[in-house]
Amino acid sequence: MIRKSFLSLLGLVMASTASANWAVNMPKGVTELSKETYELHMMVFWWCVAIGVVVFGVMIYSLIKHRKSQGVEPAKFSHSTVAEVTWTAIPVVILLIMAVPAAETMIKAEDSRDPDLSIVITGYQWKWHYRYQDEGIEFYSSLARPSLEARRLDAGIDVNTVDNYLLDVDRPVVVPRNAKVRLLMTSNDVIHSWWVPELAIKKDAVPGIVNETWFRATEVGTYRGQCAELCGKDHGYMPIVVEVVEPEAYQAWVATRTDGDTKLASAD
Amino acid sequence: MTTAVADAHAAEHEEHGPEKGIKRWLFSTNHKDIGTMYLIFSLIMFFIGGAMAMVIRSELAVPGLQFVHPEFFNSMTTMHALIMVFGAVMPAFVGLANWMIPLQIGAPDMALPRMNNWSFWILPIAFGILLSTLLMPGGAPAGGWTMYPPLILQTGDAFPFLIFSVHLMGLSSIMGAINVIVTILNMRAPDMSLLKMPMFVWTWLITAYLLIAVMPVLAGAVTMLLTDQFFGTSFFLAAGGGDPVMFQHIFWFFGHPEVYIMILPAFGVVSEIIPAFSRKKLFGHDSMVYAASSIAFLSFIVWAHHMFTVGMPLTGQMFFMFATMLIAIPTGVKVFNWVATMWRGAMTFETPMLFALAFVFLFTIGGFSGLMLAIAPADVQYHDTYFVVAHFHYVLVPGSIFAIMAGAYYWLPKWTGHYYNEKLGKLHFWLSTIFVNVTFFPMHFLGLAGMPRRIPDYSTQFADFNLIASIGAIGFGLSQLVFVLVLLTAKKGAKADDRVWEGAHGLEWTVPSPAPWHTFTTPPKARIANEAFE
Repeated sequence: MIRKSFLSLLGLVMASTASANWAVNMPKGVTELSKETYELHMMVFWWCVAIGVVVFGVMIYSLIKHRKSQGVEPAKFSHSTVAEVTWTAIPVVILLIMAVPAAETMIKAEDSRDPDLSIVITGYQWKWHYRYQDEGIEFYSSLARPSLEARRLDAGIDVNTVDNYLLDVDRPVVVPRNAKVRLLMTSNDVIHSWWVPELAIKKDAVPGIVNETWFRATEVGTYRGQCAELCGKDHGYMPIVVEVVEPEAYQAWVATRTDGDTKLASAD
Repeated sequence: MTTAVADAHAAEHEEHGPEKGIKRWLFSTNHKDIGTMYLIFSLIMFFIGGAMAMVIRSELAVPGLQFVHPEFFNSMTTMHALIMVFGAVMPAFVGLANWMIPLQIGAPDMALPRMNNWSFWILPIAFGILLSTLLMPGGAPAGGWTMYPPLILQTGDAFPFLIFSVHLMGLSSIMGAINVIVTILNMRAPDMSLLKMPMFVWTWLITAYLLIAVMPVLAGAVTMLLTDQFFGTSFFLAAGGGDPVMFQHIFWFFGHPEVYIMILPAFGVVSEIIPAFSRKKLFGHDSMVYAASSIAFLSFIVWAHHMFTVGMPLTGQMFFMFATMLIAIPTGVKVFNWVATMWRGAMTFETPMLFALAFVFLFTIGGFSGLMLAIAPADVQYHDTYFVVAHFHYVLVPGSIFAIMAGAYYWLPKWTGHYYNEKLGKLHFWLSTIFVNVTFFPMHFLGLAGMPRRIPDYSTQFADFNLIASIGAIGFGLSQLVFVLVLLTAKKGAKADDRVWEGAHGLEWTVPSPAPWHTFTTPPKARIANEAFE
């Protein structure tokens, strides 16, 4: 184990120089809402930094200057109405500045009217089921085989050699670019949560309840996510892959799925 | 005749010393002995819960499964949380309350000493039951400490034992809280008005009310789980017309005040220590009281901010977002008041002060991530990721636990009559502070980059920060052994005088060190005692 950790540590140092896997921030994502969410996140973050600089600055100055070893006499004051009113009022203003854009984004996120496409997502222990409401396509989506083989205890497979380890599925969700996709979420057993960071969507799939959310992806690409609500032993092994493609490619995909493949897919 | 009576009386007094051996502890009604038992119990639980954290971080050090199966991993996260919350942090604060509240208000003991004994001795039984589930068929509970149905109903034989142990913990907490309230309201020194009470007493009074308000709610929620499982009800089962989300509402109605139950006494401890080592009075004592009360009130109306992704109506989300943001105001007041207390003081940096200062810095960082989490649209991205894990560990470890450590170092000479080894104390502080940040700071990055919490294995892109966090966690775990060394050598240091610390104020410093088994058998004059030190 020590040797393994040491090797990983070595790998860590190499990785930092070579591939640099040090993602430290939220992805901006590929929808209008994901970008707004990112902006909100950064705005609040910078406010926190600013407040932190002031508060910690004053505190550190005090820690350096106001110490007994500097020979200072402690002051006698223990109250100041002006100061107390000021540091109650200023946070109120800052909070209002944060609250307005946050509320605006929230209102947009809840407006799932007039979708171009609706997909019913059902959580299972431990895979996802997708049903395209109008296209008559449905299929299960489970962890891809290479990850499935490597994930076991003592599998003897170096997970670093598996592409998109634990974030790849056998059948991805395919949606057209620039279409408003409405997601209807529910569950067959316990609570799951469907999360794709680049789409800024995380919604719980609750048995007996249908939740609703939406996204409109503006860039073609493959976006990966995971179940975000503890759902049992294989909670860590039910990823989500969304492929955003050009509308023509989407039509072609629909055509292949409705030619008999559906039966095959829904049979498993 | 008169002499005989007087003699009998004197003889009776002779026997008022502690009993010998195990009886002293089993049948104790003495607040100091019970306080000591609470503190030792919580330290043992801290190490058991910590050992589980070591299992978690060892498994997560590198991607791929190395040591444990996913089921056992989930049991570890569940048990780690239950033990740390109910077994380590809460009993530690009750222990401090038992020891210090009577000494700080000039009372001879807690108001209800026999109940005090009972509320302690329930705890080893409750946690004996909980820990025994590790050996049961189907394993220990693995559905998360939040016990969300329907998942928690898939627990094996351990399920009823989990529910029963939670009931017992609740019973113990409620009795402890009643005792604190009755003691504070009835047994203060005659001239100590409510607003003259020390901050630690104040924050505990508020905490005790929170406990009485919400522990029965938790008991009700878990009882409904029990009847859903065994008696055919469908409170939380959709198939029978129930609602799984209702459990979350009830749980977090308990859960959010619970968060403040674990931090308000910490505020109190820090508000005692910073003035003492700044040699200056606490800035804005009354506004501290109002701030703590506001936080307590707000804690009842923010619960659903733990549930922004369950699918709530827009207006509900708005309400809980705005209410949550409001908490930043009284919490800010507290931090500003601590800084103003330090300002133009004459500070020295003994171990209790170091822990208190680290508390102010690092709790504030936890507060910042809390403010970020309040912003509901952004919370959709943070929710159930390592960002949340980083947030609550920042407020619980360098928050609550550092405050407990600070309090332990601050009052240890009063308890033992000797100064602890300051060098070891400082070593403990610096190792803890460095490793706590190495452990939990990278978790912010992991969460933002997309790593969900409660997973035993992860995609290789998260490998680097996970390894750093694991190294930090093992370092933090080992650093706590230094604290054990401090305790083992606690009576080896120089004799402590009554006041112990140069800038310390309050009635607890008017009694000898170590505090005799019985103190304040006649009520002191609080104001006179306080003025003696000014």
